[in-house]
Amino acid sequence: MSQRGKVVELYKMLLHLGKDYPHGYDYFRKRLHSAFMKNRGETDPEKIEKMISHGQYIIKELEALYMLKKYRTLKRRYYNEDEL
Amino acid sequence: MARVLVGVKRVIDYAVKIRVKPDKKGVVTDGVKHSMNPFDEIAVEEAVRMKEKKIASEIIAVSCGPAQSQEVIRTALAMGVDKGIHVEIPAAEYETLQPIHVSKILAKIAEKEKIDLIIVGKQAIDDDSNQTAQMTAAVLDWPQATFASHIEKGDKELTVKREVDGGMETIKCKIPAVISADLRLNEPRYATLPNIMKAKKKPIAKMTPKDLGVDISPRIEIVSVEDPPVRQPGVILPDVDALVGKLKEGGHI
Repeated sequence: MSQRGKVVELYKMLLHLGKDYPHGYDYFRKRLHSAFMKNRGETDPEKIEKMISHGQYIIKELEALYMLKKYRTLKRRYYNEDEL
Repeated sequence: MARVLVGVKRVIDYAVKIRVKPDKKGVVTDGVKHSMNPFDEIAVEEAVRMKEKKIASEIIAVSCGPAQSQEVIRTALAMGVDKGIHVEIPAAEYETLQPIHVSKILAKIAEKEKIDLIIVGKQAIDDDSNQTAQMTAAVLDWPQATFASHIEKGDKELTVKREVDGGMETIKCKIPAVISADLRLNEPRYATLPNIMKAKKKPIAKMTPKDLGVDISPRIEIVSVEDPPVRQPGVILPDVDALVGKLKEGGHI
């Protein structure tokens, strides 16, 4: 896949994850858009590669955030506060 | 290798604030975000891990409910389930659908598909019944391992660690069996975008309770649904005398 294709795919994946963002999809989408726009002029392939891997890292962080949020909500709702 | 059946339910998303309908016959579901019951996600994850460890050969996800229930079957397929079965139940009848009906449906499907292991979430976060696994085991006359937080499969048996009041219980049971997943069984994976796309090609079979010979006539009537009581707001008092006066008024001293 071309580097451009990789960036587009990354953007789509992040948008998809943004649907579940606690502050709402619009909040997430605006920030995501501006983050990508900020680096639109970048032409160095090495730097772009670094940015892509940073994006992959954000994806992992978001997944972990959602999982933890759900786990904590359920634990609070169904299990005693004092245990664990 | 075992054939695994997982039950998935479409419920109002855990993060949504629930509102009671003005006529007090239910809760507002129109235009509200729905998703897979979190405990069912854990059940699906466990089945998918079994497949990855080559313990399970095929995983089938079942959901009972109106047309939108297919969404959660799709999510399950995106997580790694092989095929889906949608038992279609019209919205009006779905309101009085109870675990007894679902368990009969699951049992029939398990017989039809030659299932060795049924995994369901221990309860759904909407009605909190916590009965489907137990009743399914009873209908099939299979052993049950409820509230599982660790599962190990041997040749012809399962070793399951269960969460019980104040500790853990380890049990062994024969296969076929019914398992219900507790919160700490695993951490479910997120259905990624490419996997959601791939899941669109996986098959979902449609059937009705009638096809399975299950009677879903209501056993209950919903009389009233009410909000939990709201906490009374506090007041700030100017001095100790006012406080003592208030406490006397309330009969506390």
